[in-house]
Parts: sequence; structure tokens; C-alpha cells
Amino acid sequence: MTSVERRPRRGPGGDRVMVPRAEFRSYYGRPILKRPTWRYDIPAYLFAGGVAGGSALLAAGGDLTGRPALRRAGRLAALGAIGAGTYFLIHDLGRPGRFHHMLRVAKPTSPMSVGTWILAAFGPAAGLAAAGELAGYLPRRGALGLARRALPPAGRLAGLGAAAAAPALATYTGVLLADTAMPSWHEAYPQLPFVFAGSALASGAGVGLLAAPPEQAGPARRMAVAGAALELAAAHRVETRLGLLSEPYRTGKAGRLLRTGRALTAAGVAGALLGRRSRVLSALSGAALLTASLATRFGIFEGGIASAVDPKYVVVPQRERRAARGPKTSTDT
Amino acid sequence: MSGNSLFGPLDPAPDAGYADPPPRMGFFTDTSVCIGCKACEVACKEWNLVPEDGLNLLGLSYDNTGSLSANTWRHVAFVEQPLPARPAEPRVSPMGAGEREPRFLGMPAFDLPGRAGSDGGNGAGGDGPVRERTDFRWLMSSDVCKHCTHAACLDVCPTGALFRTEFGTVVVQEDICNGCGYCIPACPYGVIDQRAGDGRAWKCTLCYDRISDGLMPACAQACPTQSIQYGPLDDLRAAAARRVETLNANGVPEARLYGHDPDDGVGGDGAFFLLLDEPEVYGLPPDPVVTTRDLPDMWRKAGLAALAMAAAAAAAFLGGAR
Ligand code: SF4
Repeated sequence: MTSVERRPRRGPGGDRVMVPRAEFRSYYGRPILKRPTWRYDIPAYLFAGGVAGGSALLAAGGDLTGRPALRRAGRLAALGAIGAGTYFLIHDLGRPGRFHHMLRVAKPTSPMSVGTWILAAFGPAAGLAAAGELAGYLPRRGALGLARRALPPAGRLAGLGAAAAAPALATYTGVLLADTAMPSWHEAYPQLPFVFAGSALASGAGVGLLAAPPEQAGPARRMAVAGAALELAAAHRVETRLGLLSEPYRTGKAGRLLRTGRALTAAGVAGALLGRRSRVLSALSGAALLTASLATRFGIFEGGIASAVDPKYVVVPQRERRAARGPKTSTDT
Repeated sequence: MSGNSLFGPLDPAPDAGYADPPPRMGFFTDTSVCIGCKACEVACKEWNLVPEDGLNLLGLSYDNTGSLSANTWRHVAFVEQPLPARPAEPRVSPMGAGEREPRFLGMPAFDLPGRAGSDGGNGAGGDGPVRERTDFRWLMSSDVCKHCTHAACLDVCPTGALFRTEFGTVVVQEDICNGCGYCIPACPYGVIDQRAGDGRAWKCTLCYDRISDGLMPACAQACPTQSIQYGPLDDLRAAAARRVETLNANGVPEARLYGHDPDDGVGGDGAFFLLLDEPEVYGLPPDPVVTTRDLPDMWRKAGLAALAMAAAAAAAFLGGAR
């Protein structure tokens, strides 16, 4: 898709150059598109899904490399987060009692349908993996004793299954937002899955840093660095490379949230690297990474909404696209 | 799923699996003859039992509805414009009778029609300054769901509540919709919306019940000027092409069709328009493209991001000693 023209982003000295006032006509300045009726539940779900995906990977890694603290924290966080995420998704429905209508169909053209099935695979696996962690609390004798012995190996298998679904869980949400007419979401479609993948890794790492003792937290530190790098690089492109459609991500509520997320990510990574020996500093950086992920998800969410509310973001890029194609009839001005 | 199911010209009913569907039906809304009576809005509400959507005074000319919504399936837009100066050459009015342009018809005025004509005549009574009459026109247009060839609302619906009818139209099944709201940001025209207090998504059905029985949709039936025309889409497209040609040839060069072209970004609309100004002036997007055109590429990008994520996690555990 031909994008809107590239505009100067920053002047000398880092000052923001004002994007020239876009000239456009509209119907009394009213929005052309409907803003989503989604409430805070949806960005909260984006965050929770990311935490679940990142934690499941952390847990599987911890399991396979003999780091029980990472495994345990990851499995429990994955179950908690996916439970919360499912609650948010159902709570946001206009008819929550009909949530199971999602299971009538499987539609590759609907990212929400795809996500439903990813969730249906991930959720039970994460549940079984977490149950494996809690098996130790069961009595040794009787039927429950049998479960006590069967659950850990089953949990291991389920944990690996959850980890296999985790990358899909964490990235399909980028398509979920992009597959809409919201200009700044759609235009960002090549980057959004990478923003969310990075954010999910960083938040999973945050869980590890919060919960694991320093001697087991090495992989979480490296995951934090990789996740932050992925997230920051992709988010930077979203905020600067989409021409006029980057503007909603730099201004207003979305701009504030994304700047907060960036600062917290940077602080979290710095703390993770510098606090190798300090449990407190590690935990603080873990909390910073988790908060950063939350801020980023809400920021991306708000940016897309801002691009629907102002008709400028619909009219100007579409007129430029039409002009670039050349007039089809003499009446096109 | 062929690429063409997501973009490009297509006959939607056979693509949706109907073996021997009737011709694709649609609306041609010729705004050049709309008189802004809102009979379509009323008839639609009456027939479809659409609830009231607030008795508001919006201060937007005669438009007190604002936009299409869950409770407004036909929306008449009113635009007041200074008329661009034109050489005084003979032309036909949109109705076809020979006339000189512009002629003020005395619609919104504080004095009697014709009293303050272009002769700069005094207002009645003579108190206050006599303002000179500017040339002025009203644009009126009855907007509706476009029943897109490639309908984003339908493609993203995760429950199958939105479906394609045998007439090629797009309808929500109210007993299936669970109010997930995905169709709302997906629609490139801002048509479909969630009904407050009900939770489900609602929009024009092109009177699926009526047309299934061979009747005309309520709005088209009620329209007193045939601004709203209903029929097989092919016939409507041919009639529209003739109409715009006539107008263009008779001194209305700004008349243009909108949504008629099967090669446009949504594969052509089942409900298309004749407009007298740019689409955005009526609150329509100038060049909509169905979001699902890019969906295959979106899934590819997400797949790459997922791989990157898995690789990063693996590297975090394998690389480094601690
Ligand atoms: S105009 Fe909007 S609501 Fe109507 S069919 Fe197209 S995408 Fe769906």
C-alpha cells in the first residue's frame, strides 16, 4: 500500500518538527470510522496474553535446563495470566453469556477466531502444567496419590505444549488489531506482531526476575534484553515510519503511554543487567518490565483509536493514495 | 481460500457457496435528486423496529441523526455550501428542466421566499442591515451500509453471526452475535455499531425479509423522488452510468459515482452512490480498502515474529553460562 508521504520527524537538537497542518475536508469534522467499542479489557488482554506467552516459554526453558524456580514461576504466571486474559475477553463481550458462540466456527480470515482456538489450545495446557507444580501438595495415598505421581510428567508435557503455542498466542494479537480499518493499526501491520512478541518476552522475563533467585535468573536477564530490543526497535518504526499515521502514537494519551513504556523498559533492562547479584534490584527490574509491557499495550491501543476519531487520518492518506494512482475520471480533483 | 476471496472483483454469493443464487441486489442512491425528507430514515426504523437513538439537536444543518449507527440504518446527511461561481451558461437542473444557474429556491430564510432576491431587495420591514444573498447549495445524501463485495465486517466476525445472503448482501444474525465488537473497527465506512443496552452489533439488512418475498426495501419504497433505487446490481450500475453521463453533459461536471467500481478497494459496493462533491464532504472515506486485502501478509509477519520470539527464548537459555 502506498503510504502517506514521509514527513520530517525531528529537527536539529531533537526538537519535534510540527507536522504541517493537513488540509482536508470532512462532514462537520465528524469521524468517518466507528471507534471500537472495546473497553480497557482488550488492551488488558493483550498484556495478559503476552505475559502468559512469555511465562510459558520461560517455564519450558527452566524445565529443560534444570532451573526449577523459573519453571515454577513461569507455569503459575502463565496460568494466572491466561485466566485473567480469558476473563477480560469474556467480560468485554456485549453478550458474555454467548461467549461459546466463538466455538461455532474456525475462520482464518478472523484473527479473533484464530485467537480463540489458540487460547483453547494454550489454556488447558497451561492449566495442566501449573497443576504439575502443585502436585506436591496432594496427599501421598489413594486416588489423589495417583494424581500426585501422574501430574508432574503430564505437567512437563503440557508445559512444553503451552510453550509451543506461546509464540502464536503472543503475536496473533498484532494481527487482531491490524486487521481493522483503524488507520494507525492497519498501517502498522508489519510491526505490531514484533512489538507484541518483544513485549511478551520482556514481560515473561519480568516474571522470572521477580520470582527466581539471582543464580537461576540468567536466562530471564537475557530474555529481557532480547525482548526489549525487539519491542523498542519495532515500536520505534511504528512511531516514526508511518508518516501521518505515526502521529497518533506520538501525541496525546498514546504518546504518553508509549513514552512511559519505553522509559520503564530501558530501566528494567538496565536493572536486570546491573542487578545480577541483588535480589531486590532484580525484582524491581522485573516489575518495571511488566509495567512497561502494560503501558505499551495500552499505548498501541489508544494510538489506533485516536486515528479513528480524527477524520484527518482517514481522509488525508486515502486522498494521497488516490492521487498517487492518478485520476480515474475527469471529475476526480 | 483463493487470493480473490479477499480482494478484487468478485460475485459474492457464488463465492460464499450458493449454487444457483438470484442476481445480486443492491441500492443506487442518486443524491442529486434527494430532497432531504428523511422518509427513508423513518421507513427503515418503522419496518425494522429500530429503536430511537436520541432526540437530539446537533446543530448540523438539518441533520439531527449524525451518522449511521446501530440504531440508524439510513442516515441523511445535509451539507450547506457556498456555490462555486460558475459562468452563467444554460444548463439543466438535476431534475432536467432547462434553467439558469444558480437560482435560490428560498429554503432557509427569515423572510418570505423571493423577497430578498438577487436584486438585493429589502428585507421585510427594513430593520437591520440587508445582507447580500450568497449563492448557496445544499447537498443531501442518504447513507447506508455498502454491502461490500469484500465485507471486512463479515470476514472478521468470529462467530459466523455475519453472513452473506443469496442476494449478495451482508446480514447479522441477531441470535448468534455475541457482541465481540470486532466488526465495528473493521468496517472501512464506519457503518456497523454496537447497540447500547443490547450489546449486539446491528446494521442495515437491505431488508432481507422484504426482498426475500420480492418486496422493495422499506427505504427505497418510501423514497418519494427515487433517490434510492433498488434492483439487480448490474441494472443499477448501468442506470447510474447513464445518469452520471447525462448530468456531466448537462452542466453538472461535479457529478460522480462512488462505490460503483468492482475494481475499487472493496471490490465494489452493493450500495453505491451518485455524489455532487468529494466523498469526504458527505462523511464517506475517499478511497477505502478492505483491511483483509493485507491479511495473508499480516499472518506472514506474525509468523516471523513468532519465530523470532521462539528463537530469542531458546537463545536466552542456551547462550551464556549463568
Ligand atoms: S459497509 Fe461496513 S458494515 Fe456494511 S458490508 Fe461493508 S464492512 Fe460490512
